[in-house]
Order: sequence, then structure tokens, then C-alpha cells
Amino acid sequence: MNWHKKTLYMSCALALFLAGSACSAQPQVTARPDGSIPVMDLSYAPDYKAVDEMAQSDVQVIHIAQVDDINSFNRNLKKPKGVHLPPAEDGLRDPQNEATHILAAPKPAFEGLPPTEFGNRVDWVKTLDDKKVRPRWEKEDPDAEPFVMDLDIVRPVKASVPDVVFPHRQHTEWLFCSNCHPAIFIPQKGANQINMSAILLGQKCGVCHGKVAFPITTKSCRKCHSKPKADDWKPPLSEVTLKNPWK
Amino acid sequence: MLPKMKGRITWRALALGAAAWAAMLIAPVPAQAEYGDVVINNYADAAGMRPAVFSHWFHRVRFRCKVCHADLGFQFKAGGNKITMAKIIDGKFCGACHNGEIAWSVENCGMCHSGVPGTPTHIHGSTAQTLVAPPHQPLLAPAAAPAPAPKK
Repeated sequence: MNWHKKTLYMSCALALFLAGSACSAQPQVTARPDGSIPVMDLSYAPDYKAVDEMAQSDVQVIHIAQVDDINSFNRNLKKPKGVHLPPAEDGLRDPQNEATHILAAPKPAFEGLPPTEFGNRVDWVKTLDDKKVRPRWEKEDPDAEPFVMDLDIVRPVKASVPDVVFPHRQHTEWLFCSNCHPAIFIPQKGANQINMSAILLGQKCGVCHGKVAFPITTKSCRKCHSKPKADDWKPPLSEVTLKNPWK
Repeated sequence: MLPKMKGRITWRALALGAAAWAAMLIAPVPAQAEYGDVVINNYADAAGMRPAVFSHWFHRVRFRCKVCHADLGFQFKAGGNKITMAKIIDGKFCGACHNGEIAWSVENCGMCHSGVPGTPTHIHGSTAQTLVAPPHQPLLAPAAAPAPAPKK
């Protein structure tokens, strides 16, 4: 073994040792001895139900990717390879099944509908407002009209993002009062604690948004967070900043 | 045509290209179905049927959410409705319309039972699925309370 190979092996070992000690010195997540992560305490949200939407296989794929290909570009970015694929090519339906080939394809169905950059890439609210589609309100009566309520609810937000405006009109065009009240939202001012973690976990707005109604992406934040803060608004300082002895 | 560099075939580039193609072909391709497509596999696989796949986009063009989620009693939860064929032929759930009068009837098994066998119940393209890691725990959550047992 010549000298430069030896140096290479030595430096590899040193790097591994340093990386290992760096990781063990600063545990970010306190895992239990058996390797599991403690379940989130939810006593502040008694109506919370565990979300089991996350497919186990996805989690495994991420771990393999992190180990196998650490230096690959954007290893954690999942990008769709195509949009509006016909049913037989969408990966969810079985092309071996003959009826799969009869099912409606989304691409021709979405032609001429107002586009967005997320979800089905169709702005369904605008589609309905523009009367591009005429979905029924009663299953057997094509002429039944919805019970629309035009009332905007403004929800102040602690963080620096714009405040949330919830528009009842767009929601009551599609849904009935009992769909949300009182099971998901108590119809009373200040009674509903909402945060983005809960929404991402499929609670509150996340019962529909992030699953079937427009999803939660950077491009859709401002659909809800739409009312700018007042000009004199400043982000509240955190406790550690206020008590910072070096400030 | 072979890639050439200064008149010389770069075999290394060729090999790299071949490896990249092989990786693309071997790597499992994730499903590219529409946002909001629901796979329902509570009982189908166990009964020797393909799982049922429900297209939200197709149905919302024809009906508002209220028809199914208020009038027909569909819960806002994939797999949360415990739909069986017995309920459907009694006019419950899908059977409220798929009765040969409003929409085609239940003898068209493969129209719903079209999923790739073994696909678990889930909503395709949901934000929870696309997250790189699960949502973060909120700061300053009370510490002492016993954690709820995970549901199986």
C-alpha cells in the first residue's frame, strides 16, 4: 500500500469519526431507546385523531434515498414526471384491467378550464363562478340552487404572513353548513384554534385542503393568507430574544 | 450518433449515460394520478378484487361536494366509510347514484375496481404524502400528559 492510499483511508476514517461525534453531540430529535420518536402530546387538541394518510412505503423510500445517494441533486424533492396522464398510465390504476381504458381521461376534461399551478391544476372555484361546469346541488335535480352565504371571516395570524380571510361564499357554493359545523369548526368567534401543523396533519382546513381541495404549497399560501398586515405591524419578539443578555 | 469529443468517442460519457438510463428504468416510478384520487382498499384485496379508485375531479364536475358529503353521508376520510357492495346494492354510498338510473350500475365491476392490486387506502397526491418529513411538533407542547396510543 503506497503512501497516498494510506492517507486517503486515514482521512476517510477521520471524517467518519468527526461526523459521528458531531451527530451524537447535538441530538436534534430525542429518540427513545428502541429508536421510535415520542408521540406528539395532543392534550390541547382533544378532538385530534391520528392521521394515517402517510403511506409507510414513502417513508422508507426517503430513508433509502438519504443513505444511497447523499450527494445527488435535490434528493428530497419529489417532482411529478407528468400531469393529467390517462388512467391506464397514471400508476394508480391497473392497465391489465380492461375497464381502466374506458375511464375518462383528465386532460381533455380540463381543457378550457381556468388553470392554477397546484392540485388538479384547475381553479375549481373560478370554474364554477364562470359557469364552465354545472355540478348538481341535488343528485336528481339539475336546477336546484345552492344555499350561498356571503360572509368573510378574518383570522389574525401571529406570524409575519398575511392574515387569513375565510370566504364563506366560495365554500357554500360547494358545501353545506353541516359539512363543517360544528364537527370541524365550532361556529363561534375565537373557538377554533388553527395552526399549519394541524392543517398539514389533516385537521381543520386540512380535512379538505391538502387532500381534495387546493393543496398546501408555497404557491397556494396567499389564497388563504390574503389580508396584508397593517403598516405598523412588527413581528412579536420571542422570549429568548427579549431575555438575550448580549442584545 | 455517438457522443464525440475532439474526434474521440468518450466511452466514459456513454457508460454514464447508460447507467443513468438503467437507474431511471429500474427505479420505481411513483404514481402520477390526479390530485384527489382516492384508493379504497378496506376489503377489496382480501376479497380478491382490485382496490376501488374514486376520482374526485370527475365527480366534482358533475356534483357539488354537498351531494355526497352531506346528503349521502360520506365521511371526509379515505377508507372511513366502510363501504361494502352490500351497502351499495341497497342504495347507500356509491349506490345512491350508481344504480342504473343516475349513473351506470354495479355490474360494471372494473370501472371502480381498477386499482393496482395491493395499493393501500389513501388519497393520491395529498400534502401529507408529499411531505419530506412528517409535520413538526409545535413548540412548547405540554410535556407530562400521557401520549395517546397509536391506532392500528
